[in-house]
Amino acid sequence: MKEKLQKIRERAIAEIESSDGLEKLGEVRNTILGKKGELTAVLKGMKDVPPEDRPKVGQWVNETREAIETILAEQTKKLEAEALRLRYESEKIDVTMPAVKPAKGNLHPITQVRNQLTDIFASMGFEIYEGTEIETDYYNFTALNTPQDHPARDMQDTFYLSPEFLLRTQTSAGQIHVMEAKKPPIKIISPGKVFRSDDDATHSPMFTQMEGLVVDKGITLCDLKGMLDEFVKKIFGENVTTRLRPSYFPFTEPSVEVDVSCFQCGGKGCKLCKGTGWIEVLGAGVVNNKVLEGCGVDTNVYSGFAFGIGIERIAMLKYGINNIKLLFESDLRVLNQIDD
Amino acid sequence: MLAPLSWLKDYVDIDVTPKELEEKLFSCGFEVEELIEVGKDISGVVVGLVKECEPIPETHLSLCQVDAGSHGTFQICCGADNVCAGKKFPVALVGATVYATAKDHVTIEGVMTIKKGKLRGYESQGMLCSGTELGLNEDLYPGAGYNGLLILPDDAEVGADVKPLLGMDDWIFDIAITANRPDCQSIYGIAREVAAVLNKPCKEPALDYTETAVKKEGFTVNVAAQDLCPRYIAHYVYDVKIAPSPAWMRRRLALVGIGSISNVVDITNYILKELGQPMHAFDDSFLKGNAINVRRADDGEKIITLDEKEFTLNNSNLVICDGERPVALAGIMGGLNSEILDTTTEVMFEAAKFMRDNIRKSSRALGQASDSSAMYAKGVYEYTTVMAMKRALHLIEELDCGKVSSTHVEVSTGNSVDPKEMKVSVKKVNGVLGIEVPDEEIIRILTNLNFAPVINGDELTLQIPAYREDMDSYPDVAEEVIRMYGYDHVIPTFMPTAEVTLGGLNLKQKSELKIKNALCAAGAYEGIHYSFFSPSDLDLLRLPEDAPQRHAIKLINPINIDLSLMRTTLVPEMLHAIARNQKKGTLEGRIFELGNIFIPKDLPLTEYPDERETLCVGVFGENESFYTLKGLAEVVAKTLGVTFTYEPATKTFLHPYQTAEVFCEGTKIGYLGKVSYEIADELDMRVQAFVMELDVRILSQWYGKAQVFKPLPKFAEEKRDFAFVVDKGITCGQIENGIKEACKYVTDVQLFDVYEGIQLGPNKKSMAFSVVFTPAEEEFNSEMVEGFVKKILKNLERKLQITLRA
Repeated sequence: MKEKLQKIRERAIAEIESSDGLEKLGEVRNTILGKKGELTAVLKGMKDVPPEDRPKVGQWVNETREAIETILAEQTKKLEAEALRLRYESEKIDVTMPAVKPAKGNLHPITQVRNQLTDIFASMGFEIYEGTEIETDYYNFTALNTPQDHPARDMQDTFYLSPEFLLRTQTSAGQIHVMEAKKPPIKIISPGKVFRSDDDATHSPMFTQMEGLVVDKGITLCDLKGMLDEFVKKIFGENVTTRLRPSYFPFTEPSVEVDVSCFQCGGKGCKLCKGTGWIEVLGAGVVNNKVLEGCGVDTNVYSGFAFGIGIERIAMLKYGINNIKLLFESDLRVLNQIDD
Repeated sequence: MLAPLSWLKDYVDIDVTPKELEEKLFSCGFEVEELIEVGKDISGVVVGLVKECEPIPETHLSLCQVDAGSHGTFQICCGADNVCAGKKFPVALVGATVYATAKDHVTIEGVMTIKKGKLRGYESQGMLCSGTELGLNEDLYPGAGYNGLLILPDDAEVGADVKPLLGMDDWIFDIAITANRPDCQSIYGIAREVAAVLNKPCKEPALDYTETAVKKEGFTVNVAAQDLCPRYIAHYVYDVKIAPSPAWMRRRLALVGIGSISNVVDITNYILKELGQPMHAFDDSFLKGNAINVRRADDGEKIITLDEKEFTLNNSNLVICDGERPVALAGIMGGLNSEILDTTTEVMFEAAKFMRDNIRKSSRALGQASDSSAMYAKGVYEYTTVMAMKRALHLIEELDCGKVSSTHVEVSTGNSVDPKEMKVSVKKVNGVLGIEVPDEEIIRILTNLNFAPVINGDELTLQIPAYREDMDSYPDVAEEVIRMYGYDHVIPTFMPTAEVTLGGLNLKQKSELKIKNALCAAGAYEGIHYSFFSPSDLDLLRLPEDAPQRHAIKLINPINIDLSLMRTTLVPEMLHAIARNQKKGTLEGRIFELGNIFIPKDLPLTEYPDERETLCVGVFGENESFYTLKGLAEVVAKTLGVTFTYEPATKTFLHPYQTAEVFCEGTKIGYLGKVSYEIADELDMRVQAFVMELDVRILSQWYGKAQVFKPLPKFAEEKRDFAFVVDKGITCGQIENGIKEACKYVTDVQLFDVYEGIQLGPNKKSMAFSVVFTPAEEEFNSEMVEGFVKKILKNLERKLQITLRA
């Protein structure tokens, strides 16, 4: 009996160790340990074993079963690991193959810059006022201290729609509406499309401006400078500084052009800043008393400053876009490049 | 504006370098757009004395020995016909740079460097130069126009650089003048600013002259249009001898781009540039009736101007007439009938102030312009008008080309040309700036600007010169102070006295941004197109004559016809954008634009039109379909928390069977569909495209819908699938509605299969739906669900005559 079990054990181990797959291993388990398996048959034959030998034989059978099961478990584990390894191997991919791209578009570069600007000014307490693209001569010019025969009317070529109505040439037109509707303190920015009869490589007949207006007690040129310093640091970088220089706009007095130190070369002079170290980014000034008074603001109590930023100019400077026309053609090869 | 340094030095002792002056001007508000060095390309050219000059046999050349002083003596071969021993000429030494000329010796072809050479076997060490080779012409230096060597004065120092001698060491400042400073549109005007910024005095141009006793008896000036001509000055000059101007005047005019004509005409041009006052000179012998009349032209009246162009005038044009007829188009150009000729012996000088707006409008309307009209359009001050006449008469004497009579007629509306007193508070001036400028500095700066300031406590009294009409109140004074004091004195502060305000986007702005961001997340790119479009865009859409979109606002002065209408739909620009992308090889994509369309209430406009925020989405590519675009509509609906429904519709520019109108909670908000084949062909589209246009203004009523959490269902949901065989004409929406309205527990209906096949019979299709029932109060049992199903089937049978697929 012992030899028989020994034989079963040896053959089982041999078969287990030589089995090359989990399926084969299952067969081996069945032929030996299954209901009709050889070892089971031995147990079934216990009735033929003399009773006194039965405990001993039972123990032998159990030992054999345990030994076989141990080996079986080991081999199963081994084969399972091998099967998993093969599965992994069979699923090897080329990670350099193209990605399955999720649908993702982005906002227009002008909107991106506009959002950056509105975020900055909103954090400084500015509200956003959106005026209309079609304006009257009064709001676009006259109320901004640019009466009919004023030389400054020549500065901008205006599209007229009727003797009274025109396409606004500047978002400054919004200043007047705001001051008519609201008493100081006023802190608004007014972004939007503006139109001038210019059409060449560097001009588009439609472009985007953002006007800013602050009217409150004791507002000075120093406050304008302070606010612009903060603004340019946030939009162009911490090391960027501003320079004011005299200029002229009918609706501000004094008027200034604001240059920023070149954020590409740090002011040393490069192609971007044409070797000057400075880049012109916006016009600004202390609001002309005539404009305030025209809106019923008491200039003995209140004063203000205003500024106007060309959004395309900022976008082109920031992203190196070389042609303003590209911004209005919806060429997807252009639009998909900037996601700031 | 061009201002030569040498000319500015007439009035101001300029002791800084041109570069430094450029920076000073920049700091006080005058940007130098270009600083031009006159003799920039010329170097290494000195005064040479030709000591020996022998013809080289059988050539046109001469072999010269040229003494160049300390540089040495050089052998030079020269082909000019006027080379001779004993004369001085410019000699370009080896290594010098001069202009290379073409065979005609006149056309400049570039800059060349002089090298040692050999001509006909003779060594040549340098080159004797013509005026052209030095960049000069007859106006810039007498004799420089000769097609041969430029002969230098006998007293020129041999070996000395020729540049100072020939005026080539000069600089020209091209200065941008802001619109508020027409007084600086002249050399003298700039000189006043230069003097102020350099802290130096400014010398006035010489204005003295002597009137003779001669009078033009009975001469009158009558200004009928005083509103257009507040001051008119006429002065009679006789014994005039027309001749070329002196070299200094010709050179100066040439430096600022004006060709010399004759002494009298040059004087008027010289004053235009020097003082910024346009002047005119009539040949008095052609003036009839012994009078000048300044009046509006009669309608249909004609004039031929100096350039021999005829104009038919109207009542808005101002003319200068003699006793009988127009002799000048006021401020724009003189008439041919009274022009200065070589034979002129008597001159009537005119210096006048014409109103800028009238001159500008006439000039534009007639399409006739001149340096004078450009100056008037910028603005001329009467102060200068008075000064200019004196200056002209002085120059007549200085050039010795005529005698100044005592016939001087000045007609004015009485505007003062004297300084005007102005009192401002020093505190207010500093209040604008936010800094305290020391009183001494204020005094120094305003003195330099000729404002004669006096400070008494807080009161600053100024005498504003009549050429500074821009000076009006204390902010103007603040600007004058700070631009000279320096903007670097402005210290940044952050509105310490201002109230705290809450900023940020409003609901509309936030919601629009939310829609845009959602569309981006769904793969669409934002585009921005022009607010104007072309009448042909309306034709492109096949819109009928009476379509509301054709009721568009016209631009009076568009750049061209394609940009001549305010858009009434965003679709045409979207279609063009899609077509452009396809042309450039991008064959799939999604674009959206959120912009305004313009709906006039009346035409021509007398009130603000309706600017309606509109959303246009365009998709194109093989993988796009009506349903992918509808998916983007659903993105918008989801973003706003609303439900859209769709009904079949037709549009003239869309596929007749792939178009739907979109409704939001029952209100029509727009449409979507496939671009028609006719239009796709017309625009050369290579792949199919779909567009949608939604009225965002209507949608805005659902902005800011409260976000409320709905608890998850307490009880298990039940799901049942149905397959129906229906007529092809029955829509998914009809069945969905039939299902939803039959049972209040239906929370979701999804079409999951559509099948058409012969076994179903012609004009039939099978549609399979998955329906979700969500219990509210209690758990469903199977009998309840069976009941729902029965109700649904009954409703569908009653409404749509459809039954379950067998």
